[in-house]
Amino acid sequence: MTGKGGTGKTTVAAALAISLATRGRKVLLCEVEGRQGIARLFDVPPLPYEEREIGVGHGGGQVYALAIDAEAALMEYLAMYYKLGRAGKALDKFGVIDFATTIAPGVRDVLLTGKVYEAGRRRDKDGGYSYDAIVVDAPPTGRISRFLNVNNEVAGLAKVGPIRKQADAVTTMMQGRRTAVHLVTVLEEMPVQETLDAIADLRSADLGVGNVIVNQVRQSPLTPPAQDAIGSGRLDAAAISASLAKTSIGASAELGVGLLEEGAAHAVRQELQTDQRKVLAGVDTQVIELAYVSEGIDMGALYDLALSLREQGLQ
Amino acid sequence: MTGQARTTPGAGPAWVRGGTGGGAGKASLDVDALLTDPDTQIIVCCGSGGVGKTTTAAALALRAAEQGRTVCVLTIDPARRLAQSMGLTELDNVPRPVAEAGAEGGGSLDAMMLDMKRTFDEVVEAHASPEKAKQILSNPFYVALSSSFAGTQEYMAMEKLGQLYDEAGAGAAGSARPGKRWDLIVVDTPPSRSALDFLDAPERLSSLLDGRFIKLLLAPARGPARFLSARFAIVTNALNKVLGAQVLSDVQTFVAAFDTLFGGFRQRADATFALLQAEGTAFLVVAAPDPDAMREAAYFVERLTHEDMPLAGLVVNRVTDLPAAMLDASEAASAARTLDSGAETDQQVAGLLRVHAERMLVRAREQKLKRSFSAAHPAVATVSVPALAGDVHDLEGLRQIGALLTA
Ligand SMILES: Nc1ncnc2c1ncn2[C@@H]1O[C@H](COP(=O)(O)OP(=O)(O)OP(=O)(O)O)[C@@H](O)[C@H]1O
Ligand SMILES: Nc1ncnc2c1ncn2[C@@H]1O[C@H](COP(=O)(O)OP(=O)(O)OP(=O)(O)O)[C@@H](O)[C@H]1O
Ligand SMILES: [Mg+2]
Ligand SMILES: [Mg+2]
Repeated sequence: MTGKGGTGKTTVAAALAISLATRGRKVLLCEVEGRQGIARLFDVPPLPYEEREIGVGHGGGQVYALAIDAEAALMEYLAMYYKLGRAGKALDKFGVIDFATTIAPGVRDVLLTGKVYEAGRRRDKDGGYSYDAIVVDAPPTGRISRFLNVNNEVAGLAKVGPIRKQADAVTTMMQGRRTAVHLVTVLEEMPVQETLDAIADLRSADLGVGNVIVNQVRQSPLTPPAQDAIGSGRLDAAAISASLAKTSIGASAELGVGLLEEGAAHAVRQELQTDQRKVLAGVDTQVIELAYVSEGIDMGALYDLALSLREQGLQ
Repeated sequence: MTGQARTTPGAGPAWVRGGTGGGAGKASLDVDALLTDPDTQIIVCCGSGGVGKTTTAAALALRAAEQGRTVCVLTIDPARRLAQSMGLTELDNVPRPVAEAGAEGGGSLDAMMLDMKRTFDEVVEAHASPEKAKQILSNPFYVALSSSFAGTQEYMAMEKLGQLYDEAGAGAAGSARPGKRWDLIVVDTPPSRSALDFLDAPERLSSLLDGRFIKLLLAPARGPARFLSARFAIVTNALNKVLGAQVLSDVQTFVAAFDTLFGGFRQRADATFALLQAEGTAFLVVAAPDPDAMREAAYFVERLTHEDMPLAGLVVNRVTDLPAAMLDASEAASAARTLDSGAETDQQVAGLLRVHAERMLVRAREQKLKRSFSAAHPAVATVSVPALAGDVHDLEGLRQIGALLTA
């Protein structure tokens, strides 16, 4: 799940995880940017580097959450593949871990995506996959292609060696049919533009684009004919006053003028949204819309959003 | 510049109206006073993502230019249409004059978009021999550092600010900064998730470059830390195993080549930080009237105060203004319900009443957020900018925002 900052990546990723967790399915929801957005959303204590059950989906599925931390992932990786007990600690002490996870090109991303890769391939004792689905609350649109196309990113660094091998394996999974990148946007110029740019970037990196999810869509109380009537002047202050006379407010031409003014400003805003919707209609992926929840996002709202995703085919 | 020039004793800065000291938090920000004060030399617009930092920076710069100041605005990733309207069609990392801005009042406006990689490259080129610069610029570690390290953009924004501030030029007649090209520089900040990143990133980057590991890589070459070499060998072996042997040599080349620049980097970052703390600088925290952005703004205000940064005030952008119709939300909503079953016109009026009711509710929520902010930070001067119906993508729109900022 990617998108411009603040459009709703974390919220929609959580809603999707809930939506996927149906009929006993087991879903892992990961975050990779060390911000504890999932914990805040689900109102639980900060997540450790450890998979924790945090909620249930429709029909008894389970949602697990994991905050992937690059440094912890590196230590885990070293311990697992190299049995580097002592050297591992020395690396940390000398600031190598810090260095490797911050400026070594692509290493941080290999570690983060590598953990997703590991969880995606993990199998239970009975031989089935541990998770039926993994949802990643991913970096924003500006960085998503680089994040997923890690082997390209480490190419300048490592021509051979285990990091390179790991990056190749991760990229193969990310480019595979079982991975889809969903893009969250709102109906504003910059986020929509970034969405289009990201789709082009993803495609040229052979990454599969899933759905565009238009979030925070505000329903207008004005029907299109009503907007038309206001725009064309057919609905004027006198007519409004006449209608107001039938209510407890009573006739008022002054209120009529005021309400018309507000209606006109509202219509301009709606039109901007309509324009952006038209821009999005040009993309060849399915566009899904999620309503703006004016009371704010709580657990109830997350389940509603999950339901809405399911109804639109994302489950 | 002197402290006295900017403050009247006991009354706070000239651009704060009302709400003196421990008042009830009604201090309002007089943006025109801030813009026209010749001692205001740098304005930094910061805040969380998408709140209107770039728009506010551009609007302030344009207004200052039209009031006669010689202004440069440093924008970061402006929306395409806005950039075009300011004549920013190329990302070439140099300020370009914005035609038709400011000429009448004797002022001028130059604008630029930050190219972080280029700025970094230029620093390297300016401080290393051509040979060494070439070596650094093609090193994979440098390429990663200069194009994707989280924090480089913030660091380079500061670097560029320092350069613009120092740039020599004719300036305007009677400028408070004789010999300098601009007498006011307005800076936008990168779209970071948290408003605090801007202050922290340069420190993160320079401490990374000054870090233990880099010191260690340099140590064997320098000699005095020989006793470390046994443990260092363990580290080297481990790294070779994990990353491949060539990587370590890349790191070493990078570090060795960069060595001479390290001290310089920290020094430059420190100098810019000092510039930000100077009295001629004014921080404007921009926020949207929603809980997240206001929370970030509160953190930022506290942090600026704590770091002794010159906070000018808070801009609450895109607020819902008081509608023309005086009618409360519940009354409008109940009248709308009455009209729902009526004729077509009645139903349309019901729609209008709902638009109004919604707007009143949103406004009430926003006002509440603003009130709690002022209650917690009574000394922070505040100005609210109403949301325009459309977005802001041309000079006319910027002028409108400028006027609203100073209304
Ligand atoms: N459908 C919605 N209706 C109302 N509010 C929403 C909706 N979706 C998200 N929000 C709110 O918008 C804000 C941003 O959402 P969220 O944190 O999910 O975005 P994000 O893209 O993950 O942001 P960041 O880039 O900071 O990680 C939050 O306050 C969230 O509650
Ligand atoms: N007062 C306003 N009324 C209406 N629209 C506004 C207003 N201020 C800003 N906008 C619009 O809001 C959007 C975001 O503004 P802007 O790009 O300035 O935000 P930003 O804080 O710089 O974002 P980022 O964090 O992504 O850099 C733009 O489309 C802009 O035109
Ligand atoms: Mg998030
Ligand atoms: Mg911006």
